[in-house]
Amino acid sequence: MTTLALRLGSAPRSYYWLLWLLLVVATYVLWSQPELAKGLVKYPRGMIVPLMAWISAVSKWCVDNLSVFTRAIAAIIDVPFQLAISLIAKGFMNVSQEVVFPRFSWIGIIGAMAIAGYALGGWRTGILSFFCFLYIAVVGKWDSAMLTLASVVLCVPIGVVCGLLFGILAFRLKWLDDWVLRPSLDIAQTMPAFAYLVPILLLFGFGPVPAMIATVIFATPPMVRATKLALEQVPEEITSMADMFGCTRRQRLWRVMIPTAKPLLLIGINQVIMMTLNFVIIASMIGAGGLGFDVLTALRRLAIGPAMEAGLAIVVVAIALDRMSVAAAHEDRRWRPPAEANWAQRHPYVVMAAACLAVTTLLGVGIDAFADVPNWLEFSTKTFFDEIIKWININFHDAIEAVKVWLLVNVLNPFRNLLVDLPWVTVVAATGLLGFQLSGWRLALLVTPLILFPVIVGLWDKTMFTVYLCAISTFVSALIGIPIGAWASTRDWGNRVVTVIIDTLQTMPSLVFIIPGVMLFGIGDVSAMIAIVLFAVAAAIRYTNHGLRQVPSHLIEAAVAVGCTPRQIFWRVKLPLASPEIMLGINQTLLMALAMLVITALVGTRDLGQEVYIGLAKADAGRGMVAGLCVAFLGIVADRLIVAAAKRARRRLGLPDEQ
Amino acid sequence: MKNVAKVKLACRGVWKVFGRGAEAYLAGKPSPEMLTPDAMARAGLMAGVRDVSIEIGEGEIFIVMGLSGSGKSTLLRCMSRLIEPTAGEVLLEGKDLLKASEAELIDIRRHKMGMVFQHFALLPHLSVLDNVAFPLAIQKVAKAEREQRAREVIELVGLGGRENAFPRQLSGGQQQRVGIARSLAVKPELWFLDEPFSALDPLIRGEMQDELIRLQRVLKKTMIFVTHDFDEAIKLADRIAIMKDGRIIQIGTPEELVMRPATDYVAAFTRNVQRAKVLTARSIMGPVNGMIAGDGVRAGDKIADVAPIVINAGKTMAVIDESGMIIGTLAPQAVIDTLIGRDGRA
Repeated sequence: MTTLALRLGSAPRSYYWLLWLLLVVATYVLWSQPELAKGLVKYPRGMIVPLMAWISAVSKWCVDNLSVFTRAIAAIIDVPFQLAISLIAKGFMNVSQEVVFPRFSWIGIIGAMAIAGYALGGWRTGILSFFCFLYIAVVGKWDSAMLTLASVVLCVPIGVVCGLLFGILAFRLKWLDDWVLRPSLDIAQTMPAFAYLVPILLLFGFGPVPAMIATVIFATPPMVRATKLALEQVPEEITSMADMFGCTRRQRLWRVMIPTAKPLLLIGINQVIMMTLNFVIIASMIGAGGLGFDVLTALRRLAIGPAMEAGLAIVVVAIALDRMSVAAAHEDRRWRPPAEANWAQRHPYVVMAAACLAVTTLLGVGIDAFADVPNWLEFSTKTFFDEIIKWININFHDAIEAVKVWLLVNVLNPFRNLLVDLPWVTVVAATGLLGFQLSGWRLALLVTPLILFPVIVGLWDKTMFTVYLCAISTFVSALIGIPIGAWASTRDWGNRVVTVIIDTLQTMPSLVFIIPGVMLFGIGDVSAMIAIVLFAVAAAIRYTNHGLRQVPSHLIEAAVAVGCTPRQIFWRVKLPLASPEIMLGINQTLLMALAMLVITALVGTRDLGQEVYIGLAKADAGRGMVAGLCVAFLGIVADRLIVAAAKRARRRLGLPDEQ
Repeated sequence: MKNVAKVKLACRGVWKVFGRGAEAYLAGKPSPEMLTPDAMARAGLMAGVRDVSIEIGEGEIFIVMGLSGSGKSTLLRCMSRLIEPTAGEVLLEGKDLLKASEAELIDIRRHKMGMVFQHFALLPHLSVLDNVAFPLAIQKVAKAEREQRAREVIELVGLGGRENAFPRQLSGGQQQRVGIARSLAVKPELWFLDEPFSALDPLIRGEMQDELIRLQRVLKKTMIFVTHDFDEAIKLADRIAIMKDGRIIQIGTPEELVMRPATDYVAAFTRNVQRAKVLTARSIMGPVNGMIAGDGVRAGDKIADVAPIVINAGKTMAVIDESGMIIGTLAPQAVIDTLIGRDGRA
């Protein structure tokens, strides 16, 4: 490895700097003399490919011809959904909207959740989930939360089963994985979910069911990946064992490989649950109702108190679901039920939870306090939050305004104007050149067409606006996240504190993050930036911390032995060696920022996110899809470039390639 | 005794070649020059197993010994058809295993083969009892019956009482006992052991080797045992095949390998062996010299075992073969020479 590093180090000096200089000069000329070549600065309108119109036409044809079919599917899915809703949220009603059979008692659900928490993760998880659900009941968010939960309860099994099946397919059929599954997963993960909400909306109509279908599409990819990864990681010896004892293919998969892979699969399920919750919240825009809807309506009225209240309820649900599913993944079975045990004896907790639900629900028929959260128990936190906001506004209004204006005038706007004024040719050429320099022709040929796409479809200005918002948010995230990660990397208690905080940040549905910014700065770019930073900073912290901790201890010992001061060890040994990992952290931060864009469109940005959002609001499939593709392509370009840079850095440092 | 035993498993000209077009290359009747490692590397091919022919008798402990990369595990996997050999035949009781259909192969493995793995390959979600009963469970043997059989073998390997434990609650040695019990649950005729004790620490390893010797005395399976540890091979084997670069360079009893190593490579292994534990009275005895009576030692006894008798007696003793004939003499000096590693005849 050292010889490799030496060889690369002594390679003949390249002339890339000359090309870059040339590009800068050319850009300056174009910028100062725009008349020279107008079409190279601003893409000529006449040459825009009307892709949006085409997609809209195709989708209109689909809607005209297929909607009978798709809406029939929607009607079928609606049946189990109504069942779930009736069970936990609304109760069973007859035609005249009278409840004929009550929903589950709120006390029963809290009890069942506490039992589930205890069964999965012991006392701590049990108590945590008890208080989480109690909180929801007490602040009066029970009905909305149950609506949200009903969607989650239905979407998660569908997502898990689909993910498992596709994951198995991907594992079995390599060609299918290479040519179909992996590319579509990449796009599904980078493309803003809203973009495909539009066609789904058109095909399946407005309401909770299409929202659920979109949720499943959004939440399934991580399960597919987790399944494939988990199956690939089953030790070769275990599969040999299965063959050697004469398992059929089916037995080998279901009785040997899947059970062995269970811990990783459960982590996949945890991801499905969290992504489902995240999306169910967002999907309230197309009529899923629930907690997300409460946040949205409150934000539209700029009613911060109610928004905070609903937002906190979301956080609480997220934490409870996350803790329980993580506990399930770490579950350690130490007990083999006796051979003659019947089903109930083998599943005592299921029996207990069911009994708890049944008894309380039956009691609810006679006693109102069991059926609905009694008024005397409820208290609202709205006024509390409103008071805080009022107090902040009275005391700090001027300071906040000053910060906001200063940021806008001196940082945000100049940077935005610079990017928007750059000739498109410069950006495309710079991207291609960077790709070539980092990894060669193949990368250059991949990223250049992708970055050209927004130019051709006529969304260049919005794309640059997106680049501006993402770049500045990523920069701020790095500025905050890298020092925190570095701080946590040297102390164990710091590491524990930071891990808890970023784990919590990452379980929160993205919609929640726009509340604090709006609370302080109102609507606009600054709030959007704050939301993105809050959402994305976790990645920067995590990777920095991890990268610095991974520096081999013998290198640090060597540095100590030659007499480095702690400062020198950090700057000259640890930071350079951790730089590839930190780069990957920046990459994650950037991808998370892109994912957050559409959500921030709610607070009035003018980027591609807004375009997707408008496409959604106007049910314009072409507009939404094309803007969504632009975001996806931006993500792919950034990802491939940064990963290539990190790989180069690893090579130069003589570190092994990462998988 | 070994000569009269029926051949249980035989390999004839088995090759395993990795790389594109390997089968066509071997099928094209290549000249010997084309089969050298260099020539094959130029064709983009890498041979893991090169032209191996062996015969393993029923009830024999046959050990394949080689360093890592010598192809020993690949050979074992060819014999059990976990990987497909590129050329050659693998005959199980005279029938070519490589021609068996998938269903036939499953049937053979279910009833005739058992295997023990280096890293145990236990299923983490099943208890000891369920792990051991697993091969029977996939054959859809009724629950009561398979659990009873599982309890028998668990008792046999000395793990009685731990039936309800889970693999991660056991030590490495105990886990491998579970692995051994599982491989015996189907009463296999052919027992493959792939470096079963390599992952264990030396003390436990010795204990497990003794345990295996004890089990074999009861079970008398045909055993194919892969190891990289020459001492282990010497201790357990009826016969040893030494592999290097995919080829078998010598097959013989431990004694034959020590007395007559075929190459310097084999000699390098045997150099540090405690010869007294390998050599028998027969191989170091002197001529009869007219001795007609007196106390004797058996020709097949190991020198290490007879040394106290001969040295205590302080005089030359007779060596007697199976039929009670005196076939040689054993002087105390010869015993001492062997014990201290001085080659008496050199």
